[in-house]
Parts: sequence; structure tokens; C-alpha cells
Amino acid sequence: MAQAIAFYFIAACILGFAVLVVTTRDTVHSVLFLVLDFLFVAALYVLLGAQFLAAIQVLVYAGGIVVLYLFVVMLVNLKRPPEAHEDPHRRTKLGFGLAAAVLLELGAIAVYGSVNPAAPMPATPAIPVSGNTEQVGWLLYTSYLIPFEIASMLLLVAMIGAIVLAKREL
Amino acid sequence: MIDQVLIPLLKIVIVLNATLVAVTYMVLLERKVIAWAQSRLGPMRVGPYGVLQPIADAIKLMIKEDITPVRADKWVFTAAPIISMVPALIVYAVIPFGPTVSLFGRKVSLYITDINVGLLYIVSVASVGVYGIILAGYSSNSKYPLLASLRASAQLISYEVAVTLTLVSVILMAGSLSMVEIVNAQYNQHVWFVFAQPFAFVLVLIGGLAETNRAPFDLPEAEQELTGGFHTEYSGMRFALFFLAEYANMIVVSSVVTTLFLGGWLPPFPNVGALHLLYYVPSWTWFLIKSFLFLYLFIWIRATLPRYRYDQLMRLGWKVLIPLAILNLVVTGIVKVMLM
Repeated sequence: MAQAIAFYFIAACILGFAVLVVTTRDTVHSVLFLVLDFLFVAALYVLLGAQFLAAIQVLVYAGGIVVLYLFVVMLVNLKRPPEAHEDPHRRTKLGFGLAAAVLLELGAIAVYGSVNPAAPMPATPAIPVSGNTEQVGWLLYTSYLIPFEIASMLLLVAMIGAIVLAKREL
Repeated sequence: MIDQVLIPLLKIVIVLNATLVAVTYMVLLERKVIAWAQSRLGPMRVGPYGVLQPIADAIKLMIKEDITPVRADKWVFTAAPIISMVPALIVYAVIPFGPTVSLFGRKVSLYITDINVGLLYIVSVASVGVYGIILAGYSSNSKYPLLASLRASAQLISYEVAVTLTLVSVILMAGSLSMVEIVNAQYNQHVWFVFAQPFAFVLVLIGGLAETNRAPFDLPEAEQELTGGFHTEYSGMRFALFFLAEYANMIVVSSVVTTLFLGGWLPPFPNVGALHLLYYVPSWTWFLIKSFLFLYLFIWIRATLPRYRYDQLMRLGWKVLIPLAILNLVVTGIVKVMLM
């Protein structure tokens, strides 16, 4: 019961702040709502018993990436309201079209899910370590070793790319 | 009921109040120590030797007029001091002041909670604290605070990388992220990690000074260049919150360094049988003594060293501390695998 109340509260906050992120006029406020959103996602992870993921979510997203967003927003100073589009109706139409497409997709998934319900998850092989962090580490280095390494290669490539772009005449 | 609700609540109340009192008296200690370093007496008027000075300061700050600049971003301006204070306080939830002891016939642990990701929790909560400074500078709508907050955020992000990388080598040594387990690992391995990881100790100490905006890295508050720093437009209690947050962060850094490198609540040479009588001193006393040493060191450094220039600060962070942290991590990993 308490879990359900907590879940619905957190879910409502996540959705509400997500709406505020895209509807707020002031760019800095929008970034701040994004931080709040990430913090509530972290709370959702805690509710699911994934403390490691929650801490990483706060550290990487709320504390790292969004600080850089804020930095950029403050440096370019977008205080003035966005200029009106030449044809506001066209934008509204495009928005409705995109929203309808997403709604259609969600509906399709819901219908498909209720027609053929997912097979029960195969029992995961027993993990020989206890503790949240240890289990995540164990899985990353056994079952998900190749995706993990590919992800780190991608990050390395992105880092080298950024350096090459920033320092053209090295 | 008592074990699940009453005792944790009592612990939270005690820790929070003790922290706030300690923070206000840190201000007095700092003024006194710097005065002694400069052959002055420091505050002497309020109470004997000025011991009631913090209370006088608090009353002054509370009854001062609280000004919000007209062009300021009001909501953000109000939230910024709160955002910098809250992370500084909730970190104390995982700091172990002592082991589990029996008190009035009941098992009571001298920490609020021991979570599996303790150290990671501290690092991530501290990383949220940056927002207080950035938003204070931005929302004041004034150029010096904005410059200061840009400096501060660049500094905090750079040194956060170095400190976190260094902490990884300590985690490798301990084999756990839980603060209590890290202290126990130092007991089981018969060594305080300051001797096993001297490089990491120095790196974390330097990084900690930069993370708390203390001298010689107090560029965000360089009053000669910035008319006061990111809190120029704040007055009264809201200014006091920034001030208290800085001191609370100092206490956090001291406690974390004590836990990670000086064996937390353990007495000196915990495994030497001849020194077993040191266990008769309560464990939290050792913790407080060790933390106090670091707080004193911070003030001492402030009274001694001149401030870094901004480009020197960035060069030190990125070109010295981060490579050293990575090197330390690699060496620790190799040695650990070889010893296994």
C-alpha cells in the first residue's frame, strides 16, 4: 500500500516536471525542472531497490550533465522570449501530428501486450555475490561484458572526437 | 516501533543539532585561529574570550533586513541558499561516528544508516550542492555574482572528477562502498589507509579544499576581484545559509577523510594488543578528535597560503591531480591483483 502511494506520487511528479520542462518559457527554469525530474527518477530507483543506480543517476545526470546544460544556458543567456514562428499554426499542426503518432504507437503496444502477454521471465542464474553494487558489477562483467565494453569504446570515441573538434590545429 | 522510528528520529535530531552548533562554533574557531596566526586576539567582547560571539552573530543575521534585488529571479534567488544548505546536511546520514554499541541494554549503532552505496551517496549528494552556487550567481542578475558562480562551477566540476577518481582507489582497497565496511576493512587489514594510500590521501585533501571553496582555492569568494563573490546580493539569514553551508561542507570533508584514511572511530594502532586500553576511550571521541585535526588544518592553510590564480587552479586540477589520480588507481589495481 505505502509502496503504491509512493510510486504514484513519484510518477506524478516525474510526469508533472517533465511537462514543466517543455512548457516553461525561461530556459534556466526549464533546466531546473529537468534536475528535479532526474531526482525523482532516482527516487523511483530507490523504490525499486536499486540504490546503486539511484546514486549514479544523481551523480551523472543531476550533478554532472545538467550542470553543463546550465553552464551553456547561462553563457549564451537566453533571457529574451523565443521569437514567434512566422506561422504558429504550422507548428501546432506538426505538434499534433507527432503527438498522435506517439499515442498510436503506445496504443499499439498496449493492444499487442494484452493480446499476447509476455512469457514469464526465465529465472536469472544465481549471482554469487550479495549487495546491490556487487551484483551490478558481477552482471556487467559476466552476462553483459560485450555491451559494457562497446559502451565504453563509444564514450572514448566521443571524447577523442570532442578533443579533435576543439583543437583543430594540434 | 522504538527501534524503527524513535531511535532513528532521535539520532537525526541529535546529529543535525550537533552539526549546526559545530558549524556556528567553527566560525568562531576560524576567527580565533587566524587572529592567533596574525598576533591578534580575535573576538573578545561577547562573553569570556568571545565564546558567545556565534550567538551574537546569529541574532544579528536574523534581524537584518532581507533584501531581494528588484531585477532578481525571485524563485531561484530564494531557492539557491536552501539548495546549497540541504545537501551539506543530508550527507551526515551515512557518516559513521562509531560502531554499534550497547546503550541502556539496547544495541544502538552510532550512525544514522549504513547503506550499500554510502560513499557514492556522499559524492552524488555533494555534486547536487553545486547548484546552490551556480543559481545564486545567476539569479542575482548582477555581473560579479555571475562571474563568481561561473568560476565556482568550473572549479567544482573539475575537482569533483579528480576526487571521485581518487576515491575509487580507496574503494578498491576496502572492497566496499559502505562507510562502515571501509572502517572495518582498515581494522581487518591492520592498517589505516593513510599509510596504504598516501597519494590518495594528499589528492583527496587538496581536492576537498577546492570542493569546499576554501583557501588557497577560494576564487569564488575572491572579494578583491569580485566584491564578495556569488553571494554579493544576499543579506541577512539567506547570506548566513551560504556561510553555514560552506562550514558544514568543511565538516563533511573532514569526516569523510577521517573515515576513509584515518580509520574513522578506530583508536590508533587498533590491532596492537599492548595499546588495547585505548579502547576504553569512547569510539566517537576518536572520530571527533581526528575530524577536528582536519578542520584545524583547513584554517591553518587559510592563514598560511596565498590564493591561487585562476589558470593555475585549472592547470593543477586537470594536468596534475587527474593524471595522478588515474596513475594511483592503476597502481592500486595492479598491486591488489598481484597480492590476491
